[in-house]
Amino acid sequence: MRQFFVFARKEFYHIFRDKRTLLILFGMPVVQIILFGFAITNEIKNADIAVLDQSRDYYSTRLVQKLTAGGYFRIDRRLQSHRTIEDAFREGRIKMAVVIPPEFGQSFFHLKKAQVQLLADAGDPNTATTLINYASSIIGNYQQELNGQTQLPLTIDTTVTMQYNAALKSVFLFVPGVMTLILLLVSAMMTSITIAREKELGTMEILLVSPLPPPLIVLGKVVPYIVLSFINALMILALGVFLFGMPIRGSMVLLLMECVLFVLTSLSLGILISTVTDKQQTAMMASMMGLLMPTTLLSGFIFPIESMPLPLQWLSNLMPAKWFIIILKDIMLKGAGLEVIWLQTLVLCGMTLLFVAMSIRNFKTRLS
Amino acid sequence: MQPIVTNALTKKFGDFTATNAITFEVKQGEIFGFLGANGAGKTTAMRMLCGLLRPTSGEARVAGYDVYTQADKVKRNIGYMSQRFSLYEDLKVKENIRFYGGIYGLGNEAIREKTRQLLQKLEMEAEADLLVSALPLGWKQKLAFSVAILHDPSIVFLDEPTGGVDPITRRQFWDLIYEAASRGVTVFVTTHYMDEAEYCDRVSIMVDGRIQALDTPRQLKAQFGADSMDDVFLKLARGK
Repeated sequence: MRQFFVFARKEFYHIFRDKRTLLILFGMPVVQIILFGFAITNEIKNADIAVLDQSRDYYSTRLVQKLTAGGYFRIDRRLQSHRTIEDAFREGRIKMAVVIPPEFGQSFFHLKKAQVQLLADAGDPNTATTLINYASSIIGNYQQELNGQTQLPLTIDTTVTMQYNAALKSVFLFVPGVMTLILLLVSAMMTSITIAREKELGTMEILLVSPLPPPLIVLGKVVPYIVLSFINALMILALGVFLFGMPIRGSMVLLLMECVLFVLTSLSLGILISTVTDKQQTAMMASMMGLLMPTTLLSGFIFPIESMPLPLQWLSNLMPAKWFIIILKDIMLKGAGLEVIWLQTLVLCGMTLLFVAMSIRNFKTRLS
Repeated sequence: MQPIVTNALTKKFGDFTATNAITFEVKQGEIFGFLGANGAGKTTAMRMLCGLLRPTSGEARVAGYDVYTQADKVKRNIGYMSQRFSLYEDLKVKENIRFYGGIYGLGNEAIREKTRQLLQKLEMEAEADLLVSALPLGWKQKLAFSVAILHDPSIVFLDEPTGGVDPITRRQFWDLIYEAASRGVTVFVTTHYMDEAEYCDRVSIMVDGRIQALDTPRQLKAQFGADSMDDVFLKLARGK
């Protein structure tokens, strides 16, 4: 036990004296979260719209007020005729146009049906879809409000509710994604590099000649990174919650335990990489190209898995990150318990055991 | 009982026999030179003696312990220093000593006392808080050797310890080896430098996995009618 502490202390010296390592450990998570949270975002704030209100009655005015009240839309101009809509789009300032036909209120109550036309600039399809979704949901609310007043269901319409993330905040997707990436990167890449470094410098040989049992050597190298990765996870969660208002609806204890599990999965992957490489450079490239790239692309972090071709969907099952992102989202946004995410948890446990077993086998073949 | 005893020790990697039935003994307090060209099987033999590699066949006892079944006891009783650096460059001199003392199970008190003695002997008290990377190469090597015998092993294995060092520093390094041997530590050393072979009590020369010669440097020179160990080595290597 004493030997272990001596070893772990040495490892902390290495980490805290290497500015590059420190930067990757603590600088990168903050920068990534803030970049993804603020800069690279799908959500819409104050999108400029044009309004063509041909009705100009009480109900149509209220509707326009509703649209602009949430802070999502801002009226750039009011149009007088259909012909000017095209021009407004061409100028490039507005993202969406709302057209309310004549006698809006009247149609709603007497014909039991009213129409609103939404036109969006689909040059950027993602934004267009998001805008239309926002606007539809606001109009839907308004309609319910009107129905409420009269106590009569006057129209039947599908209402879309954006469950768990009503405001469609993209940061809710990015926080679990970035957290997964960072934990994977720190745990897998840093461990594989640190073990490869001992080999490259020749100190690994000295350690193997010493009475330290090999599992203790690996443990001594890995445990400091478990601690640091866990601190990292807490840091990212805190940023998500306090800076971006991300909810944690499920059990905090379960969430942290799943974090520890994923850290272990990543570490065992890092150890596995280090058993097949002797150079820090190779370890880094293997982690970057072999882990980071496929994880970013296939884990569902950026591209939805459901819209991938079938072979890629199968491939995505091999990414530990995919399972962890599901776990994070389920616990944080849906408040799910272990009874919901047991399968994902089991997959991660299985992967960890597999990586450890493969590492031990590789290590033994090298020794004999 | 001799510190190192081997009998027909053999290691095969697939079809390739790296070490072919080598048999030798090393005496207590002896400086034993283990010579051979690159690829002659020196490192393989040394790794088997240190408990790093499992032999294919044959016997070997180090410090009285069997290398097959008591590798952990072997490891506890030997020191090891390799041609590549055994010290951590980003750790301070003091921290390196504490680390190696710690992994060999020395207590805090013992480590403190050992550190003091060691720094005093090497006249490095002023450098205790420097990072090892700031030390000149010769100092690093002397420090590495002292750290390798910090836990008072009965045998120390040195794998080309003086690679890349100037002759004066090498001479100083050998003074440390003599000093350790005079205290009864058995020294098992591989080297490329034939002048260093002259410093050894006995020398073995490996060619293609076999020990082709084993005697004192003086007798080897007489046996091969050579002026220096360099000549002995060349004659052996050519004569195969």
